[in-house]
Amino acid sequence: MTDKVFLKKDWVEALKAARDSFRIFVPVRDGDFHNFHSLEDWTIPNFDFFNTRLSPKSIVYPQSERIFECLNDPEDPGKGILKEAPKDYPPQAIVGIRPCDAHAFHIVKKNFEGPEYRDPWWMQRFESTVLVGLGCNAPCPTCFCTSVGGGPFHEEYLDAILFDLGDRYLARGLTEKGGEFISKMNGGSSADEKSIKEAKGLVAEAEKKVVSRLPFDKIGEKEVTGLFNAPFWEEAAFSCINCGTCTFLCPTCWCFDIQDEVSGRQVDRIRNWDTCMSPLFTLEGSGHNPRDKKFQRFRQRFMHKLKYYPDKYKNGVQCSGCGRCVRYCPVNIDIRTIAGLMNEF
Amino acid sequence: MKEYTEKIRETAKSLLKEGKVDIFIGYRKGTVPMMNEPFAVSDPDKTDLLYWDSNCGMNLCNYLTKRTDRIGIIANGCNSRNIVTHIIENQIKREQLYILGIPCTGMIDPRAVRRAVKYREITDVEESNGRVIVKGDGFEETFEKKDVLQKNCAECLHRNPVIYDELVAEKVPEQEGIETFRDVKKIEAMGSDERWGFFTRMISSCIRCYACRNACPLCYCTTCFVDEAQPQWVGKSNDPTDTMTFHILRAFHCAGRCTDCGACERACPMGINVRQFTKKLNKDALELFSWEAGMREDRRPPMDVYKVDDYNDFIR
Repeated sequence: MTDKVFLKKDWVEALKAARDSFRIFVPVRDGDFHNFHSLEDWTIPNFDFFNTRLSPKSIVYPQSERIFECLNDPEDPGKGILKEAPKDYPPQAIVGIRPCDAHAFHIVKKNFEGPEYRDPWWMQRFESTVLVGLGCNAPCPTCFCTSVGGGPFHEEYLDAILFDLGDRYLARGLTEKGGEFISKMNGGSSADEKSIKEAKGLVAEAEKKVVSRLPFDKIGEKEVTGLFNAPFWEEAAFSCINCGTCTFLCPTCWCFDIQDEVSGRQVDRIRNWDTCMSPLFTLEGSGHNPRDKKFQRFRQRFMHKLKYYPDKYKNGVQCSGCGRCVRYCPVNIDIRTIAGLMNEF
Repeated sequence: MKEYTEKIRETAKSLLKEGKVDIFIGYRKGTVPMMNEPFAVSDPDKTDLLYWDSNCGMNLCNYLTKRTDRIGIIANGCNSRNIVTHIIENQIKREQLYILGIPCTGMIDPRAVRRAVKYREITDVEESNGRVIVKGDGFEETFEKKDVLQKNCAECLHRNPVIYDELVAEKVPEQEGIETFRDVKKIEAMGSDERWGFFTRMISSCIRCYACRNACPLCYCTTCFVDEAQPQWVGKSNDPTDTMTFHILRAFHCAGRCTDCGACERACPMGINVRQFTKKLNKDALELFSWEAGMREDRRPPMDVYKVDDYNDFIR
């Protein structure tokens, strides 16, 4: 696949042309931060951002999704029989996704597609999504993608990658899907040698800027119950207020809850993001709660990410190093610190 | 700020050494700029980890609820008022506490600082003599602290603690001539549709993470109404009606109890100005009941008292 160069002044129009074939999501400034929004005629995309406040996980995995429905009507012969709620999976593209967030989809995929089962909704939406990444020229001090198997320009989990060369983007297709997306865009010219060289220079420069590390090299060899019962958990969890900020902002947190909602005759079975920080997450029908205490819930989050997931899937840690939890935890619980405690235990 | 930190460390050390408290609750320096972590220390040799500056915005009363040990705690104006509220509401006993009072000049609003440096990445924020020095890759800018304060701090009328055993320093002058409810009055002046639209837009980005609720020391219910399953009062999806129900009911649960400490707003990852709900109720409490939460231990908040000789007919 050949690289293409798009001038920034033509960029949005070039993208808009691809809307005939794809629903496109782009970063948009939302007050003090950016989030991904669908590219409509009135959308003002803004690619000048570090990363979006919310990860793009909701584009594949909505926070609330109606999965089944039925009628609660005594006259209806189908009363109480759940049927799949209508859904469609049009081709879509996330343009400007950071390599860490693309990595995250692949971490999460291990959960939604296993040898025993396959989550039809997550998988179909993921398969209809093209990940057009934007490499990070200026990684943040809270980024640690390079220590979890990624990097500011890591291409492995992307379908295409964009290099920000100041007044233009160099777009490189990495998979068939990615190449197809670029071909649907308007304009652009074949990349010149100078642009290709400049793009290469950005990669090395950016990697040097990722100085933060997640220490976990020794966690794998530790005995799981020993780590579970380690004495540091209660103290480490002291400041945690058990809100869902870390889990909801995290691109690799996938847990969900299923709720039935009735409105008149209509019954909807809805899948909602859940958070292991909430006591309700493990509250059993009997009233017993195996994770009754704050520190137990806190421990679950870090054990899941740094011990259970790696032990089960042999696919590295369940973290892509985006740093959102570090930046936005209201009480400054820092996964790098907690990983350090686990690693040194 | 340095003097405050030294005094806090010193006091904590001697309290723990002399066995006057079992644990001391304060903050330690955070791992990212403008963010300190609530921190508890019980080892007198570790009190040097305690820290104070204008980034201690989480309310420490969250960590007092239903504790049974003897606790040393630092408290500025709003936190001390929450201690009073906790005492009145039987969440902690005064005898359990040694309160090191902090005359406070307000907390820095990270959102305001980020805006002020045009969203460039900040690597370090320092304070000196009422100024805030913000550093990042290739820039350094200085601001007056008063220009980057949290909104609740800029409007604060009780910067000195109302309850304490000892003060960390001389009291600071209280702010005067502040019009605290200007924003509330603006909303009050709206018609009902416009007002509904205002609040609907305000919470449209809410992700129901409950950081606002959990950051609030008033929200100590064993089971919050949003977590009740039988009956289920509120749906758990991100349906706007359910989200609005959560916000309105949460605010009403805080009526006459909120000290406007700003922890809810500071905690919100989506930058929602959740104080717009509670502030209206604070204004009502003041205007209808001459009440400000947490100012005195010998009075109960207006929403939880009943008097046979109440001057209002409807309650008799």
